[in-house]
Amino acid sequence: MVADQALRGLDRLELPTDQSQSETRRLGRKAWAAAWPKLLALALVLAVWELVTLTGWKKYVLKGPGPVLSDLWQQMQHEMLWATIGWTMRSALTGYLVALVIGSVVGMLVARIRPLRAAVGSIITGLQTMPSVVWAPFAIILFGENNSAILFVVILGAAPSIANGLINGVDYTPPLLLRAGKTMGLRGFALYRFLILPASLPAYLAGLKQGWAFAWRSLMAAELFIAIIGQVSIGQLLFADQEQSDFTGASTVIVVIFVIGIIVDMVFTKADLALRRRRGLLDPAAAT
Amino acid sequence: MRLTEVSKAYGTGASRLLALDGVSLTVADGEFVCIIGASGCGKSTLLNLVAGLDKPTSGAIDTGGRRVGLMFQEPALFPWLTAERNVELALRARGVPRSQRPAVTAELLDTVRLGGFADKRPHELSGGMRQRVAMARALALDADVLLMDEPFGALDAMTRDLLHDELERICAERTLTVLFVTHNVREAARLGDRVILLSSRPGRIIDEYTLPRHGQRRIDSPEVSEVAARLTDRLREEVGRHGS
Repeated sequence: MVADQALRGLDRLELPTDQSQSETRRLGRKAWAAAWPKLLALALVLAVWELVTLTGWKKYVLKGPGPVLSDLWQQMQHEMLWATIGWTMRSALTGYLVALVIGSVVGMLVARIRPLRAAVGSIITGLQTMPSVVWAPFAIILFGENNSAILFVVILGAAPSIANGLINGVDYTPPLLLRAGKTMGLRGFALYRFLILPASLPAYLAGLKQGWAFAWRSLMAAELFIAIIGQVSIGQLLFADQEQSDFTGASTVIVVIFVIGIIVDMVFTKADLALRRRRGLLDPAAAT
Repeated sequence: MRLTEVSKAYGTGASRLLALDGVSLTVADGEFVCIIGASGCGKSTLLNLVAGLDKPTSGAIDTGGRRVGLMFQEPALFPWLTAERNVELALRARGVPRSQRPAVTAELLDTVRLGGFADKRPHELSGGMRQRVAMARALALDADVLLMDEPFGALDAMTRDLLHDELERICAERTLTVLFVTHNVREAARLGDRVILLSSRPGRIIDEYTLPRHGQRRIDSPEVSEVAARLTDRLREEVGRHGS
């Protein structure tokens, strides 16, 4: 059939042609493209730090990157640092997961039920603007100096962002897709399951990412405030260095906090990119 | 399918806008009816009403229990699902058992000649292909009536021309009743068994043309051009009324 053939030809012409490079070369180029800005940033930070040290400013306290990094290297040989990181990461993860559940459930309810929206919606936004460190004294009064107090602060820090992400996602479901879904006969729960939730995934993911950043900040604030007997956390390590005016030690801890933050952020960025690629939201020209 | 004195108004008081005013229309089974009109004639409103997405202010719409599928100018596919899954979801929403879905999905994609593209996501397909997936999805609802809201409006002329052939073939194979909204007079003259002309603000039926069918028409045939010219003149007259 002529029309059939013409249609097939048109389909073929309209699809992008496959520019297949060798797979290893492509991967290598990709890895390099991802790595060089980070390496450059690292070099810049170290250079500025070294320069400040060389000017002799606060020269009895300030140490250059050399001593700090070698201190970090030494501490990495000991189990103590890893145990501390392990403990803190456990708190972070526990608090974040609870915040994830609470934030998602509250977000879902607020997005679905209109009267809740007006009342709870503004509370959530209000909570989001609260600096989480102010919850620390409150948590100590409520729970005492223990892990519950720390988790409380983390959850209050992270849950509002996660809830807000989900609410935004539901709000921004394209009306055209809603019309299409309703024409298909999707109603009630099915409409949420098959259309609104998948459609809100990008905004939800953004909320999760922001929620993690808030959780991590809240955790550091809480750990600085709340000392649990017999348990060393990253925050308490930093606090001890402050008490002993140990610049090198404090810098080492800050580097550790920074690196953990960056690694987790990379995971979220990867997930976000994968999602956008799947949905064709990436400009192929900009992605390379 | 019968529409009786259907009116639709939006808003109240001074800002009240009458979109449709007393539209009565009877469409026979298997008939291809094109609705044309200038901007603001309530074409899309009419389709929304027939699809049941909106309620008329007055009047009645009787689809006689026929299933209604709706297609838009944009394909409105779910971007997170592959072509196959998009079609399958419509089957699922209709309650087709899981075991039958893959076969029906494959058959529908074959019908729109997209057999080899089942696992592609919408953004990996061209505009014409997406619109065909949307057509497969509308057919998945097992619709007897297909409502099409300028479905090929965003496509280039070549693709549109080929999709006209395809649509005609599919309608003949499945004895579909079609209400096809367009602002393109040639498209209406090419496809319709009947062309309904709507006035603007409010939308009223002002004219009706029955186009006898002698085999397949071509968009560039003298017959289609002649009808298109007549429709254009009538439309200009109608639009001019608003200018004076």
